[in-house]
Amino acid sequence: MSEPLKFRFDVQGGNFTSAGQASVLVKKNLRQIGLPPEIIRRVSIAMYEGEINMVIHAGGGVAEVLVFEDKVEIVLDDKGPGIPNIELAMKEGFSTAPDNIRSLGFGAGMGLPNMKRYTDSMNIETELGKGTKITMVVNF
Amino acid sequence: MKISAIKELLKAEVICGEEDLEREVYSACGSDMMSDVLAYVKDQGVLLTGLVNSQVIRTAEMMDMVCIVFVRNKRPTEEMVELAKEMGIVMLCSPKRMYEACGKLYMNGLNGNGATV
Repeated sequence: MSEPLKFRFDVQGGNFTSAGQASVLVKKNLRQIGLPPEIIRRVSIAMYEGEINMVIHAGGGVAEVLVFEDKVEIVLDDKGPGIPNIELAMKEGFSTAPDNIRSLGFGAGMGLPNMKRYTDSMNIETELGKGTKITMVVNF
Repeated sequence: MKISAIKELLKAEVICGEEDLEREVYSACGSDMMSDVLAYVKDQGVLLTGLVNSQVIRTAEMMDMVCIVFVRNKRPTEEMVELAKEMGIVMLCSPKRMYEACGKLYMNGLNGNGATV
């Protein structure tokens, strides 16, 4: 099996204006590779939501996208506060985002549910005070 | 519906993307919550919004949308205009409020479900 194609981005925390830049770049790269549009859309939406989450909640982190022959894997790794209750965080509409984020069009409690919705599998490893690592897979 | 028709119906000003006004779009959605756009929208080519920040442009790009209409005379920043140009997204600015803007487009055949009318 050949080595996957790998994209790595440092996501800056607290900078809402630039949030999403990595996802836009990933989308551009996946288009260049020539993946099907529906796959590209699913990967980029899931990553975009994750990237926004990292900016809002975790003070940034590292995003990696690996393109295999039959799937795309997105790994979002942050050193944020961790998620106290994953089950609750997965509920549509549940949000801990501050009001100022809501006034920017996010924080509706749709981030994690959206990430799950657009991917074939999603795994969350989280530890309070240490950080969160989310691995998502979109199969071709 | 052509984007030029949207411009006429909403008495909108073209902020950028003049060269793409003859592009056809088949459906639209209106929201100020980008999370909801990312959750519920499918194949809508036009986003009507009263929200003004860079995430509006990136959300539209993620959803493969081709046109953003700012309602209530909201105006995008210079940075947003540059971003939209880079992504080939047409931006319009309309004095109409969200409800009326959506209603006008719907009444004239631009529905919300992505199907061709």
